[in-house]
Amino acid sequence: MAMEMEVKDIPQKKETTQFLTIVQAVNDGMKTLLETDDTVMILGEDIGKNGGVFRATEGLQEKFGADRVIDTPLAEAGIIGTSVGLAVNGFKPIAEIQFLGFIYPAYEQIMTHVSRIRMRTMGHFSVPMVIRAPYGAGIRSPEIHSDSTETLFTHMPGIKVVCPSTPYDAKGLLIAAMEDPDPVLMLEPMKSYRAKREEVPTGKYTVEIGKGKKVKEGTDVTLIAWGAMMTVVEKAAEQAEKKGISCEIIDLRTLYPIDREIIAESVQKTGRAVIVHEAQLTGGLGNDIVSIINDTSFLYLRAPIERVTGFDVPVPFFALEEDFLPTPARVVEGIEKVVHF
Amino acid sequence: MEVLQNKGVALTQDQARWMYRKMLEIREFEDKVHELFAQGILPGFVHLYAGEEAVAVGVCAHLNDKDTITSTHRGHGHCIAKGCDLDGMMAEIYGKATGLCKGKGGSMHIADLNKGMLGANGIVGGGFPLACGSALTAKYKKTDNVSVCFFGDGANNHGTFHEGINLAAIWNLPVIFVAENNGYAEATPFEYASSCKTIADRAIGYNIPGVRVDGKNVLAVYKAAEEAIQRARRGEGPTLIECMTYRNYGHFEGDAQTYKAEPEKKEHKQEKDAIIQFKKYLLTQRLLTENELASVEESVIEAIQRAVRFSEESPYPKEDELLTDVYVSY
Repeated sequence: MAMEMEVKDIPQKKETTQFLTIVQAVNDGMKTLLETDDTVMILGEDIGKNGGVFRATEGLQEKFGADRVIDTPLAEAGIIGTSVGLAVNGFKPIAEIQFLGFIYPAYEQIMTHVSRIRMRTMGHFSVPMVIRAPYGAGIRSPEIHSDSTETLFTHMPGIKVVCPSTPYDAKGLLIAAMEDPDPVLMLEPMKSYRAKREEVPTGKYTVEIGKGKKVKEGTDVTLIAWGAMMTVVEKAAEQAEKKGISCEIIDLRTLYPIDREIIAESVQKTGRAVIVHEAQLTGGLGNDIVSIINDTSFLYLRAPIERVTGFDVPVPFFALEEDFLPTPARVVEGIEKVVHF
Repeated sequence: MEVLQNKGVALTQDQARWMYRKMLEIREFEDKVHELFAQGILPGFVHLYAGEEAVAVGVCAHLNDKDTITSTHRGHGHCIAKGCDLDGMMAEIYGKATGLCKGKGGSMHIADLNKGMLGANGIVGGGFPLACGSALTAKYKKTDNVSVCFFGDGANNHGTFHEGINLAAIWNLPVIFVAENNGYAEATPFEYASSCKTIADRAIGYNIPGVRVDGKNVLAVYKAAEEAIQRARRGEGPTLIECMTYRNYGHFEGDAQTYKAEPEKKEHKQEKDAIIQFKKYLLTQRLLTENELASVEESVIEAIQRAVRFSEESPYPKEDELLTDVYVSY
C-alpha cells in the first residue's frame, strides 16, 4: 500500500443515488472510503470472509483484499489497540466491534490510548480512527447485546461520538468520522438497521459532526432524541398532534460534542423540552442536555424538562424489553406533562 | 465405523446409562430449540450445543453439586450435564417467569448455583477468572471441590485466557480448563485465528499439564477429565484439556454457515457423531441392551416434550419484575 499516496476524491459525473437501508449505507460508506483513500483499513471479527454478522462489511474483503479488510481473532482489546498503532503511523482504521456490549474488554484501550494519545503527546500524534458498533435494544437479544452505553464514551475527553438514525446520515457521518483527524465512535442503531430505506447519494459526501438536525418544525414542545429512539419520538409526535400539541423534533446525530445551538434555538421557541433515550436514566445523556438547556435557555422555559428513558436496570430479556424501552405512549405522557404543567 | 476404544475406562451400568441419557437430553433439547426458533416461537440469539455433547457429559460425569462450572454463550449442554432442571432451562429460553433466572436472563445467562452452575456468559472468555475465584474458595476452605471452566476456541485468543490460567497456575488452584475446539470462532477457522498448533500446547507456557483429546469420544473426554479432576482434588493444581469437537448447527440460529464444507457437516452427523459412537460402544460392550437404550430414548423425548409444555403453559414475568433483582435490596 502506497502510504504517500494522496487522498483522492473521485468526482461524481452526475449526482446519482441508491435506495439503501442504514446497514447498506454504512457498507456503502466504507466502500467509498476504501475506494478513495488508500490508507483506510477495516478490522474486526468475521468482517472479511464472512461479511460481518450484520452484513455491514459484505463484499468489501472480496473487492479490496484481505490486507485492507482484516479478519481478527475474538480479541476486542487487540482490535482497538492495533487500530491505534495503525492510526499513529498514518493509516485510517475502521474498527468494528460486533456489538457495543462487546466493547468492554477494549474499554481499557479506548480510555487509556484512543482518547488520550493526542494530549499525552502534546499534540504530536493524533488517532484518526473510527470505531463502529451496533447498539441498542428492541431486537429481543439478551442484556449485553442490547446495551446503550453512550455516556461511557461521551464522558471520555478525546473521542467524539456520533449516532445516525437514517441511511443518509449513516453514510455521511461515517465519512465525516473518518475524515476527522480525531477518533470517533459511531453507534449504529441495530433495531433500525433494516427498518427503513431512503435515497443515499453514491460517492463521497459528509454530514458535519457536532450538528443536530431539525426533523420537524413545531411550536409547543421540543423533542430531543437520537438513534433508534427517533422512530419512537416521531410516532409520539403524530399522536400528540392529534391532541392538538405541535411538536418540534431534533435528531441530535452527534452525542459529543453536542449541538448546543440547535437545542437552545428550539427550546427558546417552544419553552418546553422532552428528552428521550433508551439508556438508563441515571448518568444518561439526557442529564447533560438538561444542563445545556439550563445554561442557555432557563428563562425561556415554561415547564420543567421531562426525560423519558430506560430504567436503572440492565436491559431485561425480551418479555420485559418493551417495558424497559421508551414507547410512543410514554413519550406522549411526557409531552402532556410538560404542555399541561 | 470403528468401535470406540475404552482406554482403561470401566463404566458401571448406571454410569453408562447416565452418560447416554445426558448426551441424549442435550441433543433432543437443542434439536427442539432449533425447531422452535425456526418456527419463530423462540426469540433472540440462541447458540446451540448439539454435536458437542461428549465434552460436557464426559467432564461433568466426575462432578458433584458442590463442584462449580463456568459456561459460555453456548451453554445449554453444560447446564444439562451439570444437572440443571430441563423445565426451568426451557422456560428460561422461553423468557417465562418459571425459568431458572425468572425469564430475565435468557439462553445466554442461565445459572443455577444449587447445581454449581455459575452461569452461562454472553462475553467470550468471561469464565476464566470466575472459575479461578471459585477454585480459590475451595482451596481456602480446604474442601476437595474443583472448578471447571468450559470455553471455546475463540476464547483461547482472549486476554482473560492468559490472566485466568496464569492465576490458576501460580496459586495452584483446583481448576480444569476445558477447551471446546469446534474449529470455528463464530465463522473464523481456528487455524486462522490462533498462533498455536493446539490449544493444549499453550499449557506449556503456564507450566501446567495440557492434553488434547477427541471430543467426540465421550470415553476419551471422561478419561482425561478423570485424571485432571483427581489431580485437582489432590491439590496438584490446574490442567488444560482441549477437546476436538464440532457444532452441528451454526454459531447462532440463523447463521448460514457458509464457512463449513458439506462433507464435514455430514460426517459429523453420521460416523463421527458422539452419540452414535457411544451407543455402538455400549451395545458392543454389552453395557446396555437395545431395549434399555430405547427406554432411555423414549424417556428423554418425553422429558423434552414436558419441558416445552411446561414453558408454554408458564406465564411471562410480570411488569413489576423489571425493577427487581438489580441489587440485593431490590
